[in-house]
Amino acid sequence: MATSDIQVAEHALQHHFADMDQQRETSTFGMWMFLLTEIMFFGGLFCAYLVYRASYYNAFVEGSQKMNIWLGATNTAVLICSSLTMALGVRAAQMAKPKLMIVLLLITILFGLGFLGIKAVEYHEHWTNHEFPGPNFHFETGDPEHPATDPQHTEIYFSLYWAMTGLHALHMVIGVGLVLWIVIAGMRGAFTPHYYNPVENVGLYWHFVDLVWIYLFPLLYLISKKHGG
Amino acid sequence: MHNMQHTDESVGHVVPASLYVLIWAVLMVFTAITVFAATVELHIFNIVVALLIATIKGTLVVLFFMHLRYSPKLTMVTVVASIFFLFILFGLTMTDYLSRAWLTNQVPR
Amino acid sequence: MATAVQTVERENYLNANYGIKSWLLTTDHKRIAMLYLISITAMFWIGGFFAMLIRLELLTPAGDLVSSDTYNKLFTMHGIIMVFFFLIPSVPAVLGNFLIPLMVGAKDLAFPRVNLLSWYVYTIGAIFALVSMVMGGVDTGWTFYTPFSTTYSNTHVMGVALGIFITGFSSILTGLNFIITIHRMRAPGLTWRRLPLFCWSNYAAALIMVLGTPVIAITLLLVALERAFHIGVFNPALGGDPLLFQHLFWFYSHPAVYIMILPGMGVISEIITCFSRKRVFGYEFVALASIAIAVLGFLVWAHHMFVAGISVYAALVFSLLSYLVAIPSAVKVFNWTSTLYKGSIRYETPMLYAFGFIGLFTIGGLTGVFLASLGLDVHVTDTYFVVAHFHYVMVGGMVMAYMAGLHFWWPKISGRMYPEGWAKLSALLVFVGFNTTFFPQFILGYMGSPRRYHAYPPEFQVLNVLSTAGASILAVGYVLPMIYFAWSLRYGEPAPPNPWNAVGLEWMTPSPPPTHNFDETPVVTWEAYDYENQPQEEVTVGH
Repeated sequence: MATSDIQVAEHALQHHFADMDQQRETSTFGMWMFLLTEIMFFGGLFCAYLVYRASYYNAFVEGSQKMNIWLGATNTAVLICSSLTMALGVRAAQMAKPKLMIVLLLITILFGLGFLGIKAVEYHEHWTNHEFPGPNFHFETGDPEHPATDPQHTEIYFSLYWAMTGLHALHMVIGVGLVLWIVIAGMRGAFTPHYYNPVENVGLYWHFVDLVWIYLFPLLYLISKKHGG
Repeated sequence: MHNMQHTDESVGHVVPASLYVLIWAVLMVFTAITVFAATVELHIFNIVVALLIATIKGTLVVLFFMHLRYSPKLTMVTVVASIFFLFILFGLTMTDYLSRAWLTNQVPR
Repeated sequence: MATAVQTVERENYLNANYGIKSWLLTTDHKRIAMLYLISITAMFWIGGFFAMLIRLELLTPAGDLVSSDTYNKLFTMHGIIMVFFFLIPSVPAVLGNFLIPLMVGAKDLAFPRVNLLSWYVYTIGAIFALVSMVMGGVDTGWTFYTPFSTTYSNTHVMGVALGIFITGFSSILTGLNFIITIHRMRAPGLTWRRLPLFCWSNYAAALIMVLGTPVIAITLLLVALERAFHIGVFNPALGGDPLLFQHLFWFYSHPAVYIMILPGMGVISEIITCFSRKRVFGYEFVALASIAIAVLGFLVWAHHMFVAGISVYAALVFSLLSYLVAIPSAVKVFNWTSTLYKGSIRYETPMLYAFGFIGLFTIGGLTGVFLASLGLDVHVTDTYFVVAHFHYVMVGGMVMAYMAGLHFWWPKISGRMYPEGWAKLSALLVFVGFNTTFFPQFILGYMGSPRRYHAYPPEFQVLNVLSTAGASILAVGYVLPMIYFAWSLRYGEPAPPNPWNAVGLEWMTPSPPPTHNFDETPVVTWEAYDYENQPQEEVTVGH
C-alpha cells in the first residue's frame, strides 16, 4: 500500500517543486490567499450593507421581518452539517479511506443541494411577494397596524439581500461542482495520504462559503425582534 | 531543498473525528442561541450579541474545520491581514457616514 | 565586436519549441511574459491613439474636431485602457513574470498554469472592453461615477465594466502567484534580507492586487446589476448614495496607483545600484518602504472625494493620512540619491531613464502632496493640475521605469543588445516630449482650466498647443524603441549572460535563459547588490 501511494504522490509532483511537502504547503497557501480575495470580494457588499443599515435602520428592520427565520436557521444548520461531513471527508482521505471519503463528500453535496433547494423556496416566496428590487418592487409589511415607513430604503435592503445571498448561492453552486470533481477523481484513486491536497483545498473553499453564511444569517434575518415573535 | 521550515507533514496533521463532531455540536448550539436571542428585545445589544455569536462560530470553523490551528504561522497572518483590511474598508468609510450629521448646517440625509 | 559565428544556437526558452500551440499552451513563465508583452504593447498603442485624438482636439479652443459626447468617450477610453489594460499589468506581468523566478532561483512561479490562465483572462477582458469600445464606447470617465454610469449614460457601460471585471481576475491571479512564489520558492540562502528590491516591490504591489482588486470587482458588478435590474443602491432618486460607489471604487483605485508605481520603483532600485556599482543605500529601508506604501496606500482613498460631499471631518482624516503616505516614497527617493553619491556612474540608456524617473516622479509625488492639502485641492481639483500630477507619476514615473526595465533586461530576455545610440536618442525624446506635454498642464490647471472639457477659453490655447506639440515628440520617443527592439531581434549583437556586470541570480543564467532556468538550484551566499566584492570589468558590448 505504502509503495503505491508514494508512487501516486511522486507522479503528482510538479517539476518546479523540490518535493511533495513544498508542493502541498504552497498549494494550500495558494487557496488561503484566494480565500483572502473572496473575503474582500464579499466585503464590498458587507460594506454597502453596513452603510445603509446604519443610516436606515428602521427600513432594514421592516425588510428583515419578511425573512423566514426558520428556513434561514435550517439552512444554517444544513451548512454546518455539510462542513462536518466535508471535514470528515478530508480526514478520510488523509487516513487512506477513499471509499469513506467519497461517501462523506457525496453527503456534503446533498447538504449543499439541500441548502440551495431551501434558498430556492425562499426566493420564490420573495419573488411572488414583489420583494425583488426594480420597477416591480412593492413592499408591504403585512401588518396593517405597522405600515411600511420607508419603502424606498427597504428596497435597498432587499437589493442587498438578493445580491449577497445570490452571490453566496453562486459560490455554493461552484462549491458543489468542486466537491463533485473531487468525488470523481477520488473514484479513480487519485488521492492518498501523501497526496490529498486538492481535497484539503476544496474543503477550505467549502468551509469559507459556510463562514460567509454564518455572518449573512444574523445580518439579514435576525435584525430585530419580530413583531409577535 | 527549499527555504521554509520542514514540517515533516507529508501526511498532514490528522484531527480526531470526535473533535470535529464536538465543534459541530457547539456550532449547532450557538445557532440555536442566536435564533433565540433574536426573539428577545435587547435594543442596541441585539446586533452585538448576534455578531459576537457569529464570530465565535466563524472562529471555530476557521481554527478547526479549516485547520488554521495546525497550519503554518503565515496562514494566520493571511487571515489576520484580510480582517484588518476589511475593517479599514468598513471603518474609514464609516468615518464619512457617521460624521456627516455633525456639522449643524448640514442637512442629515 | 562579435566573436565567431555559432553554427548551432544554444537551446533557450525561445527556441525550445516551435509553433503557435507551444506558445498558447505554454506554462513557462518567460513565454507567458512575452505573451503579455505583446498584449499590453497593443493596448498601449490603442490607448495612445485615443490620447492623440484628445490632444488634436485640444489644439483649438473650440470643440471642433469631435462633439462633446465623443470627447467624453475619448478620455474615458484612454483612461480605462491605459490604467487597467496597460499600466497595472505592465511591469508585473512582463518583467515580474519573467524575472521573479530567476531572481529567487526557482524553475518557475508557484502556479505556472494559473499564470497562463491569468494571461487568457486578461485577454478575454481586453477583448470585451475593446469590442464595447468599437460598438460605441463608454463616456462615463474611467471612474464610472454613479448615477450617470448606472442610470443615465446611454453607452456601453456594461460591456466595458465586465471587461474590467474579468481582467481584474488576471491581476489577482498574478499577485497571488508572486506572493506565494516569493514566500515559498526562494533558493537556499536567499533570505528576505538578500532578496532583490525588484522582488520586494513586486511583492508589495502583489499584496495590493490581492487585497484591493476584489473590491472594485464587486463594485463594478453592482454597477452592472444596477443597470440591468434598475435597483437603486447608488442612485439617489431611489434612495441610494452615489458616494458609496465612490468610496468602494476608490478603495481599490487609489491603491491601484501604487500597484502601478511600486514595480517601477523596484526596477529603478535595480538599475541605480547596477549603474552606480554600489549597494543600495539603506536596503532595509527601501524594502520596508515598499510595504509601507502598500499598507498606507489603503488608508487614503477619499482624497479623491474631497469636493464630492463627504463630511469635512472624514476629509480631514484622509488628508492627514495622505500626507503620511508620501513619506515612504520620499525615503526611497533619498535612498536612491544616496546610492548615487560617490558611485561609479555609467550613463547607459537604462540609467538615463532612471534619472528621468527620479526627477519626474519627485515632481509628480510632490504635486500629490499639494493635492492632499484640503484647501489647495478645492482650488485645483477637476482641473488640469490633477491631470498633470498623475501623468507625471504614471508616465514620467511609471512608463519611464517600464522603459528602463525593458532596456535593462532586454539582453536577458532576447539574447540581443539593442542599439545604444538610438536608445539614448529615444530616452532624450521621451524626456523632452513628456515635459513639454505635461508641464504646461500644471500651469493650465492652476489657472483654472478644467479637465474633461473639449473646449476652453482662448487664453489657454498657447499652453495647449505646446502640450500637443510635446505629445508628438513623446510619441516619436515611444515609436523608436518598438522599431529598434524588433530590429535587434534579428540584427542586434548577441548578448552575454551579464552585459551590465550586475549582481543578481538572473544574470547568472545564459541570455536568453533555458526553459528550466537553472541546471542546478543555486545556493545564495552573498548579500544583495554585493558590488564591492564583484571584480570591476569593462562593459564589452553596447555603444
